[in-house]
Amino acid sequence: MSLLEIRKLSAYYEDFQALFDINLHADQGETIAIIGSNGAGKSTFLQSIAGVVPVAKECILFNGKPIGGMNAWDVVSGGIALVPEGRRLFSSLTVEENLQMGAYRAAKGDWTLEKIYELFPRLQERRTQAASTLSGGEQQMVAIGRALMSNPKLLMCDELSLGLAPIIISQIYATLAKVKERGTTMLIVEQDIRQALAISDRFYCFRAGRVSLDGLPREVSQDQISRAYFGV
Amino acid sequence: MNVVLDTIIQGILLGALYGLFAAGLSLVFGIMRLINVAHGDFIVLAAFLALLIQQVLHITSPFAALAVLIPLMFIMGYILQRVILNPTLGKSILRPVLVTFGLSVIIQNGLLEGFSADSQKLQAGQFAVQSIPLSHGLAVGLFPLTTLIVCVAVIALLQWVMYHTKLGRAFRATSDDQVTASLMGVNWRNLFSIATGITMATVAIAGVFMGIRTGFGPSAGPDQLIFSFEAVIIGGLGSLWGTLIGGILLGVAQSIGARISTDSMLLAGHLAFLVVLMVRPNGLFPRRGD
Repeated sequence: MSLLEIRKLSAYYEDFQALFDINLHADQGETIAIIGSNGAGKSTFLQSIAGVVPVAKECILFNGKPIGGMNAWDVVSGGIALVPEGRRLFSSLTVEENLQMGAYRAAKGDWTLEKIYELFPRLQERRTQAASTLSGGEQQMVAIGRALMSNPKLLMCDELSLGLAPIIISQIYATLAKVKERGTTMLIVEQDIRQALAISDRFYCFRAGRVSLDGLPREVSQDQISRAYFGV
Repeated sequence: MNVVLDTIIQGILLGALYGLFAAGLSLVFGIMRLINVAHGDFIVLAAFLALLIQQVLHITSPFAALAVLIPLMFIMGYILQRVILNPTLGKSILRPVLVTFGLSVIIQNGLLEGFSADSQKLQAGQFAVQSIPLSHGLAVGLFPLTTLIVCVAVIALLQWVMYHTKLGRAFRATSDDQVTASLMGVNWRNLFSIATGITMATVAIAGVFMGIRTGFGPSAGPDQLIFSFEAVIIGGLGSLWGTLIGGILLGVAQSIGARISTDSMLLAGHLAFLVVLMVRPNGLFPRRGD
């Protein structure tokens, strides 16, 4: 049985249909990349799972249980965490308070502040600083750490590389690889195809709200991906 | 010299009452950007409820009535937010203003119906009139001094909750970004209801202190609202200690005005408010990012 199973998921962003009958599954421990251009519906997809965008109940199965349309605050305690696009840190809170917010209604697990600081030593130095004073890369680390604090079985990352320098992006993906080694299942949404494919076991390409291609990263050609990505 | 000092001391003590009025308003605005136009009416309602509790339970001290009134007002606040105010929150700031304006009218008329238009007062006996002599012929009233101590204690407690508890952290996070807070597991409907519950607990205290200090009738609410608003805005929106300072500044201004002529007491308070607004439109201690 898959940890996450999506069946014929449709979702609306205000009046506009953003997703059309998406089918997708993620097994325990798998890392899935979701690639696609701007507006393909990738973020809406993650938000549907996180409970921010309303969807039909039976469309999303997590551990075999239907969770579609559940309130976001109940989804997280079930073991699903989202690192939202653009970080979305609590700007008036300190770094440490941001991390603690991640544990507000955590699932059972062994992530602690100490372990997050081990993963991102720079955050320990900055723990009492307001989150808004950090650099973009550091903010992204806080956002990932905050999501991990909820002890997710499924970690969803939305556009981690957005606006960051290449060297920082490599560092962040190196850290994600460590999280992956612990057996955490991950959904990685990215426009940076190379990074996403390098870390993932399987991938899905979204175009205009539909899955245009899926498979194993090593089994598809650059050409096939380009066609699925741009639709030409 | 004594006159000046006395005016300032009395002003500070009066201002503490305004700080007590305004603490809850400041809290709710800081957390959910909600302006409760019925805030003053709830203070008056609390005073009437204290009167009722005293009569029904045969309690002589209005302070003892607080043991019942505080939990009662907390529950009322929770239900009020959960059932009536939460559905009004959203993109427009106008809806909660209109709904609480309606509540204000309902409370005033409900009180008129239930208690008549007679002015009431809460009796605290000797305690309300005793004073402590200071040097050079100055004296402070025991009750106004208690008001100041209670006001500082209430604000210190709120401040402690906001900055040193998990609940307070969730309040601040939700104030920053409600959707992201919900991703962390914060059910804002419940959280906002707790915030209004806490606010109403402070309103219970404010109502009893107001009722002991001055007479009150069913239509006294809007005056209390004006003082509360002015205290919050002078202090800076969302800052609790700022609200206390705002209340004290307002009290001192009124006290100075009253010294010049009794008619100009309220006018002097409003003028001080306008001056602060002109010099510092965001108040004395604005919160960053607002």
